[in-house]
Amino acid sequence: MNKTYLIFRHEFLNTVRRTGFIIMTLIVPLLALLGIGAYHVVSGISKPVEEAEKIGYVDEAGGFDQFTSHGNLTLVPFQTQDEANNALAINEIKEYFIIPPDYISTGVVNRYTMQKELYPPPATMTAINTFLLKNLLSGQVPASTASRIEAPLNLVTVTLTATGEVAPEQGGFGNFVFPGVFSILLVLAIIFSSTYLLQGLGEEKENRLIEILLSSVSTRQLLTSKVLGIGAAGLVQVAVWVVSAPLLLRLASSSIGGFISTIQLPAHFLILGIIYFILGYLLFAVLSASIGAISSSSREGQQLIAIFTLPAVAPLWFISLLMMFPNNPVWIGLSIFPLTAPVAVMIRLGVTDVPAWQLAASIAVLVVSIVGGLLITIRVFRTYLLMYGKRPGLGKVLSMVLKG
Amino acid sequence: MPEAEEIRPLEVSEVTKSFNRTKVVDGISFNVEPGEIFGLIGPNGAGKTTGIRMIMDIIKPDAGRIKVFGESLNERTKDSIGYLPEERGLYKKLSVLQSLLYIASLKSVESQRARSRASELLERVGMLAHQNKKNEELSRGMSQIVQFLTAVIHEPRLIILDEPFANLDPVNTELIKEIILEQRGQGKSIILSTHRMNEIEELCDRVFMINKGRGVLYGELSEIKARYRRNSVFLEYEGELGELEGIARRQDHHGSTELILEKDASPHEILEQLVHRGVKIIRYEVSTPPLNDIFLQVVGKAGE
Repeated sequence: MNKTYLIFRHEFLNTVRRTGFIIMTLIVPLLALLGIGAYHVVSGISKPVEEAEKIGYVDEAGGFDQFTSHGNLTLVPFQTQDEANNALAINEIKEYFIIPPDYISTGVVNRYTMQKELYPPPATMTAINTFLLKNLLSGQVPASTASRIEAPLNLVTVTLTATGEVAPEQGGFGNFVFPGVFSILLVLAIIFSSTYLLQGLGEEKENRLIEILLSSVSTRQLLTSKVLGIGAAGLVQVAVWVVSAPLLLRLASSSIGGFISTIQLPAHFLILGIIYFILGYLLFAVLSASIGAISSSSREGQQLIAIFTLPAVAPLWFISLLMMFPNNPVWIGLSIFPLTAPVAVMIRLGVTDVPAWQLAASIAVLVVSIVGGLLITIRVFRTYLLMYGKRPGLGKVLSMVLKG
Repeated sequence: MPEAEEIRPLEVSEVTKSFNRTKVVDGISFNVEPGEIFGLIGPNGAGKTTGIRMIMDIIKPDAGRIKVFGESLNERTKDSIGYLPEERGLYKKLSVLQSLLYIASLKSVESQRARSRASELLERVGMLAHQNKKNEELSRGMSQIVQFLTAVIHEPRLIILDEPFANLDPVNTELIKEIILEQRGQGKSIILSTHRMNEIEELCDRVFMINKGRGVLYGELSEIKARYRRNSVFLEYEGELGELEGIARRQDHHGSTELILEKDASPHEILEQLVHRGVKIIRYEVSTPPLNDIFLQVVGKAGE
């Protein structure tokens, strides 16, 4: 039997039988399930209390006496601030505001409350705003114009194709769900797989089985079968997560409702998603293997690999900036830089159209990095793998790579 | 053209390897013959393990040539070597049987054959009942026995053992020695790398000694010992010895006397004199120095 296949099978089975692997595979859907449960519970608790509330006001400017009812908020006029204060003290009203005589020129309204708060509650803000607006416009414009001024914009955006037809993908948050989820899965797969690869190599270095492996197969065979074996296990994990997703979405849809129906999965995204997933995984697997070769223990290896996994995760930290300015040169740079490319491109794909040249450049740089990384790893692997307990300096590794 | 079974298991010629401009192995040459136990000896850091790793194709020599069964190292020759590295271990989470089968599969043993061979070996070492135990559950001694079995599971014609007796108790040491001798009995060649000289003396037919990367002793163990023998004889006797010709001085040991011979005297001439005088001889032995002394002498010289 082919030895590459034998090591591949050994690595695959060893990884999927790990307790840690099984827990991680099951915990992601379980956490999602918990999240949905928590959403139900929290949304049940935080439903607005259907209780009528009163807000007092003192109209020193004059003319603010209509439109005092806003849902369950009622505005109650007082003649003086003292009266309002008294009402507040006996809890008749929950707060009050004063419209000063110079309101028309300054726009200043003073609000008094006994609550400590960062911002005024939005419902209160809206009620006071509408009350002022409607009273100001009363008699000046027709009622329909007044309500249009209250809410002048109801924006409906339609994305067109180059030919002027309505595009099949209309963007929005629905489109962002899959890229977002995909990039998180990619990051998880990268971190777990590189940990498994490092732990495996660490164990084999410790028990010298690496010498038996290297005396049976070539470095290339060993590296390829290890990377593919652990990668296949990683794919099984992701497959379990992806298969459980529709079930979870169905569960969630009853509560999150209409939003789910806006989720779209464009074909080109699926293809690019798979390409970036595989390239991203391969790049980090090659990096893990070379770090596993030069580090003296698997713990040290995991510290070293963090230098490389941090950039991979980095685009997720700045996801809100990325969503607002998806075509900023910084993001274009991160889409081409190999360590950040897989996640950066995936997120951008969900927000905007990534130009073809950027995709081509990013894929080309990734492929070159993987092949280059593999060649370098094969060079350093044998020598440093056998230097148990001592890690070579960067200079030595570089001179080794150059000299061969 | 020699017959197939007479092909030399190993030929190492002028092999050199440097790390960071330091020659770790410096032009060593030796051969291993079919059906012999060959001792690779030397102090720590002498270059033994680097030498073995080059034979195993784990690292490449800078210069020189290594031939295994008459061929340069390739997939087939690698499968005919069994290797037990120093300070080794096993996959903790695998069972004894799984470990043996995995290593056997990497050495191209067909799975049915590997199973019967594993049972046979485990039976031989009395561990058949433990075959489904995880390696991490084994005692240290048992684990070392299983490690040894991984080196012979694929019936290699050349077996390389790096410090096979390290940390073994006397019972397990004897067991491994017996199996090594059985393997030689079956015509296998064994390279034994160790710095325990008593085991080399007990088991090896020929030795190669390496010090600071260079070969310093090579040949039949008996011939080397003869070369380093002190010109003396051990004598146990009854009666009066008197003055003997050709004796430089006498040294009394516990229960015996050592006669140190003059430069041109031979043990045979001394024996003739003793017989002629009618001394009752209980033991007459030409002294050979223990390998340990030779080792210290050679290493000491190189260090001067």
